[in-house]
Amino acid sequence: MNAPESPTGHRSLRVEDRGRLADPLFRWFVTSAGMSVLVILALMIARTTSDAWPIFRREGLAFFYGTQWTAGFSRTEITGEYGAWPFIYGTLLTATIAIVIALPLALAVALYITQLAPKRLKNPLSYTVEILAAVPSVIYGLWGLLFFVPTFVRPFMELVNGALGWFPLFEGPLYTVNYFSAGVVLAIMILPIITAITREVIGVHSQDVQNGAYALGATRWEVIRRVILPGSFPGIVGATMLGLGRALGETIAAAMLVGGSQRWGRSLFFAGDTMAAHIANTFQDAAPETVLALLAIGVALFIVTMVVNVFARLLVWRIGHITGDAAV
Amino acid sequence: MTTTMQRPSSPTPSGHRSLRDKEENARSRAAKNRVVETLLLLGMILAIVPLILILFEVGRRGAGVVSLEFFTQAEPPYRREGGGYAQGFVGTAYIMLLAVLMAIPLGIAAAVYLTEYGGGRLAKAVQFFNDVMTGVPSVFVGLFIYALLVVGTLQLRFGTFVGAVAIAIMMLPIVVRSSEEMLKLVPPELRNASFGLGARKWQVVMKTVLPAAGPGLVTGSMLAVARGAGETAPLLLTALGSLQIVTALQGTAQSSLTLLIYRGSIQPFAAGIQRAWGGALALLVIVLVLTVAARWIGSRSQVA
Repeated sequence: MNAPESPTGHRSLRVEDRGRLADPLFRWFVTSAGMSVLVILALMIARTTSDAWPIFRREGLAFFYGTQWTAGFSRTEITGEYGAWPFIYGTLLTATIAIVIALPLALAVALYITQLAPKRLKNPLSYTVEILAAVPSVIYGLWGLLFFVPTFVRPFMELVNGALGWFPLFEGPLYTVNYFSAGVVLAIMILPIITAITREVIGVHSQDVQNGAYALGATRWEVIRRVILPGSFPGIVGATMLGLGRALGETIAAAMLVGGSQRWGRSLFFAGDTMAAHIANTFQDAAPETVLALLAIGVALFIVTMVVNVFARLLVWRIGHITGDAAV
Repeated sequence: MTTTMQRPSSPTPSGHRSLRDKEENARSRAAKNRVVETLLLLGMILAIVPLILILFEVGRRGAGVVSLEFFTQAEPPYRREGGGYAQGFVGTAYIMLLAVLMAIPLGIAAAVYLTEYGGGRLAKAVQFFNDVMTGVPSVFVGLFIYALLVVGTLQLRFGTFVGAVAIAIMMLPIVVRSSEEMLKLVPPELRNASFGLGARKWQVVMKTVLPAAGPGLVTGSMLAVARGAGETAPLLLTALGSLQIVTALQGTAQSSLTLLIYRGSIQPFAAGIQRAWGGALALLVIVLVLTVAARWIGSRSQVA
């Protein structure tokens, strides 16, 4: 502090000490930390895509619709045949099953909590559902594989297979681990995120409009059906898509429950594989060229989930800065 | 509407129909309403059932396995009884320590950028893609780190450090999001007071804003740790797994609690499966305690 002293003996406010560089440096530091999010995302896309490029170049579009997946064992060139359709199909099917089960349930929960539950129960109830999001996916896998699927899902599948087995979607043979088992457990896993966001979206909806409807003599159901649901529709679509994104990308639980074969079948009860699950299931035994093929699956999966997520976030962001924090 | 009245009572003096008249379909509307309310209640109950089943079953089958030995001994071959998940606990603790050191300072710094220097388009983009990043498939993060660090340019091979990098990437968006929320809660008056005392901006942030948001930042970090400790897929491709306790920072494949549970539950021997349930119980307790404690701290700090 060698600044000139002012007449009163205090040091001048204009002092120029070495500390003047601290602010720009600090700003630069936190800005680059902020940028790191964008850099990591960009690096992810660039690195994996460029590594997997030989596979895409060799297979072309057949990578997406080819049904034959034969792993090669070469270190230097691409010798296998890589058609990822069985895994793409498995991913789409399990995610669809998960959404079909989770969406009505999540809507019911969100509506119950916001419209019907006694005030004292609102928080504990949302808390209870959202804690499902904290359970690690490997525990869902273990619990599903060794308890939930054999005790509850398997008897249900047998029942459906027995009654409706003539319908292609429900035909046998019945495997215990299959698309449907994975879909049901995925539904439980994505329930919290859809519920949390739907709840917030409904919360943002104008209370005055709802009160107006009640004043006109509408019943609670009519308010829900005619006022809340239409008003919150974009947000609910966004919430569903976020759930879909999670279901598409879920790895370990799906890997343990979907069957882990390299084929695909129309039946819900067929033991197939999803994209993420296939990567996890076969990575350890993969030769260098097959690792590239797994990377290619990863890139395809990443792009699909990114598109779904970006659309979902855009829909939800238009309503407000809603993030479903409780269930990330 | 007046034509559908149930019993056309005498109109009021002003000519309007009486408020006591009910429409013909009032009964069916009320019935429909009751049906829907019951369905919503059933949905609510159904949604709670899985949590109860998970807690109950993991508790029941894991309780007999978790003993002192479970924490101190490495896992024997799957068919052999006894032993424990020592290498998993060490691995998870080691990986999490490194991941926390990377993700939390970076995440909080990014959140400071968003709240203190944000507002521009770039900050909006960071915010948006941070939200998007919470949805990146975990296995893809593993693949990315594998391609970048394990075999790629740097040739680091499998190990603790690369596993930690993958977990840190999973944790980062959570830390950024929650820290940002917490920093926003710090009242602007506090910043102004600090500026008024002559503090530079970095001093305002470091000495006023961050301490004021302290408990909230802890909450977010704990949630991120809970999430990171439960990840399996990224580690499968970066840490790979190990049979012994590993203390090397890099170059030797590392184990983790989640990897042991995963491998233990998909193999056929009863002893190994039992240990997997024990590991699941330990993991579930760790994760739930972190989550609940984080929420508790968070809710307390909001009141204050």
